[in-house]
This record gives sequence, structure tokens and C-alpha cells, in this order.
Amino acid sequence: MALKGNLAVFTTTQLLNLINLSKRTGSLAVYEGVETGEKLTLGDGQTKIDKLIPGKKLAALSFREGKLVYAEMENKDSHLASILQRAGKLNEEQSRLIRERTQSLNMNDKGLALSLINANYVTRADIVQSIKKHTVSIVFDLMTWKREPFEFTEGQEAPNGRILVPLDLKNLIIEGTRIINEQVKLEEEIPNLDLALRFAEDPSSFKDVKLGANEWRVVGFINPKNSIRQIAKACNMTDTEIRRIVYALERAGLVQLVKPQSQEARRRSDWRQMQRNAPDRDVVNRLINKIKSMK
Amino acid sequence: MQTVKMVITGPFSSGKTEFIKSISEIDVVSTERQIAEGTLEAKEKEATTVAMDFGRITVDNDLVLYLFGTPGQRRFDFMWEILAEGMLGFVVMVDSSKPETFKEARSILDTFRAYAPTPYVVAANKQDHPDAWKPDDLRIALRIEDENVKLLPCIATDIEYVREVLLELLYSILEEMDNK
Repeated sequence: MALKGNLAVFTTTQLLNLINLSKRTGSLAVYEGVETGEKLTLGDGQTKIDKLIPGKKLAALSFREGKLVYAEMENKDSHLASILQRAGKLNEEQSRLIRERTQSLNMNDKGLALSLINANYVTRADIVQSIKKHTVSIVFDLMTWKREPFEFTEGQEAPNGRILVPLDLKNLIIEGTRIINEQVKLEEEIPNLDLALRFAEDPSSFKDVKLGANEWRVVGFINPKNSIRQIAKACNMTDTEIRRIVYALERAGLVQLVKPQSQEARRRSDWRQMQRNAPDRDVVNRLINKIKSMK
Repeated sequence: MQTVKMVITGPFSSGKTEFIKSISEIDVVSTERQIAEGTLEAKEKEATTVAMDFGRITVDNDLVLYLFGTPGQRRFDFMWEILAEGMLGFVVMVDSSKPETFKEARSILDTFRAYAPTPYVVAANKQDHPDAWKPDDLRIALRIEDENVKLLPCIATDIEYVREVLLELLYSILEEMDNK
């Protein structure tokens, strides 16, 4: 079953979060959006956006059990020599010669890495760090894309011969969200500062997460009794600053937005009042029997 | 005669009217209006619900279940709160093949939860569509982290699926009663 859409309605961050939470293995392709002249109607039945169909493939990312293991993008040469050059481990001339040599020998990145390590050009750590840097920069670029069609293909492996470096998506999402520019309409995403926060169901979700000092300050106040506005006041943060942090924590699946407990308690009490006149178990069981019998 | 009410809600073109039509014993009383020819919405569906859809299931001489479908277009959302009043539970329909409607589905879900904390289920409709997202993916896309909330595969034109969705909602209502 397809996992298709476009980044205008399901952002890169949401997509990475989905892949992370569902521990997917497969490949994500992001395409140039080709206009069809048609429009898509959003769920409110009123807002229209351009309907785009996939054109040229612009980026490909591979995942293994929810971790990002490989990424390539059209405008960023993914040849290992180019990656090492961009990381400052090889100069331009060395990089050019190596690319020519590997092409003539039909050598893949894994073979090249071994040769370079054996020749003491670079260390294993240099290679891993350079590839990480390259992969992260692709993801951050992708996070700024606004409308490209995408498709996730289940089970599809990374291209043969490439060096796979697993990266935790949670940290990438948090870090990426930090650098998403202010065009991200935080107010649209977190419109109501009177909502509260609670930790996600899975307590292990904070394991191995790297948060900044400001994020930890906010985390310290997370409690269904505290509204986001109250947390901002306690941490001496502006609305934009608190929105940015809440947005990042929420997108990484670490917290959930909830109604503050006092409001929730009031709602529950109204509900209990209503329930006094509500149908009893017998009515519900009769409904169940009736619906079961319908063909 | 006792009457109980369930509400079928969801974004524009998510399949609410079809859902009620599949199981109602009467012809669904629709308040559909023709979408003006040549408009963009007209390419997606010919008519849209402007006030509500209304279906009925008679259990016996003393008990009737009414199914109310909400209008999907936001400009008719003033009807939602009226329809939600006194509901036993609600179904949020989502067109699984249209990610562009997921955000609205989440917003509708939150709105109805705010009207009344009644039990609800989410129906991942149009599962027969080649572009349909799997229910598990929809759960993440809609940010439904509570595993107790049922997210069910659905094909609104098939009574088997519709029955299953309504039954699961009724089971959730029973569980809620047990927890009180």
C-alpha cells in the first residue's frame, strides 16, 4: 500500500516522524512537482492548492528500522570523494583524481573507503563523520521544501555499494526544526497557547535525545496542569520562542498537546452530568445486537 | 420510544454520506446541494452536504438509532455543535488516499472532542483506493497516540465495514461505561 503525498500537506518533518515511529525500512523518493493546472481541495472543502504530479527525482533517502541510513540529493554529489572534499578531508585535485580512478576501476564507495583508509589518506571516523554531515545537510535542505510530491517504497534498500551510516531521526527532527526558518508558520502549528503538554506515552522516547538548555527548561515544566503560556512565562520566553520549542518537541513525538487538566476536569464533570440522562448498558447491547444482525 | 444519536463527521469528501447510506434502513435524508458546474470541487464530487445527512436504524418498537452526518465544508461548521449535542459517540471519517485532508481531519476530531468527551472511533475510509495510506500510518499522521482510540479500515460503500465501525464504536461506549 502506498505512502504517497506531497510536502505541501505532509511536511518532511511529519514524514520523518512517521518513518521513525513506525520503524520503517524502505526508501523515500522526493520528486520535482510538475503542475497539472488542476487544484486539490483541502479537507475544509474551501482551500485549494496546486495539484502536482511527480517529475524528475530530486532526492532519495533510505531507512532501516526507522533510522536514516543513506541520503542523496540531485544538487549534492554523493560520490564519497566529493563528500570527503566538502568535509575538508580531501582537496579538489585529490577528489577529482579519485573520482576518475574509481570510475575507470568501477570501484564503489565501500571499496574506495577501504583503499583510502589503507593508504592513510583518511580514518574510518573521518569517513563516518563526513557522510553524517552530508546526510544531515540533505535532510535539512529537504525540510525547507514546501510542495514536492513524495513516495515511500516499503522494503526498498539503499543503492548497492554505498556506505550506510545510521542516524537517529528524533535528533535530526529536533535539530532540523531548530534551523527551519521563521517562514514555518509556528502560529498555525501551535495556535493555542492555552493548551498544556504531557509526555508521550512511551517513556523511553527521551532516551538518547539531545536537547538544548532552553528545551530542558521547558521539559522541566511539562505537566497537564501547566498551559504553554504559563510555561513560557516561567521560562521567560516569548510566544515565538515557546512555540518553536513546543513545535520541535511535539514533532519529535516527545510530547503531546492536551487540554489543561482543570478545563478537562470541568469538561468531564459536564459529561458526567449529561451521562445521567444517557442510555444504559441495555440500550447499547440492543444496538450492538441489531447492528450485528444487519446484512 | 427512546432515540439515541451518533454523529458521522470528517473532512470534505471523506465519505460520510456514503457511510450512512450503506446502513440506514431509510433513504438518507440528505441536504446535499449540487456543486456549481465548472468549480474545482465539482471535479471531486457532484454534490456536497450543506446542513446534515440523516439516517435511521430501528432496533425495536422502543429504540431507534439516528445517524447524523455533518457537512464537510468549513463554511457550514456552525451546524457541528448543534449536531453534536447529546450524541452517544462519533465516527471521524478520513479519506485515506488524500493526505491533503489529514490536517482538517485532526482539527475536526479535536473540535468534536471539545464539544463532548464521548467515545469515538476513526474510520480510515477508501481502503480500496490504490493510494490509500495504511491505518497504522494514518494513526501517526493524525497524531492519535492513544492506543485505546480505535482506527479502523473502512470502505464506506460496503456495509460489512460500516457495521464493523459502528460496532467498535458501541464497544468503546460500553468500555467507557465500565470505567465509570
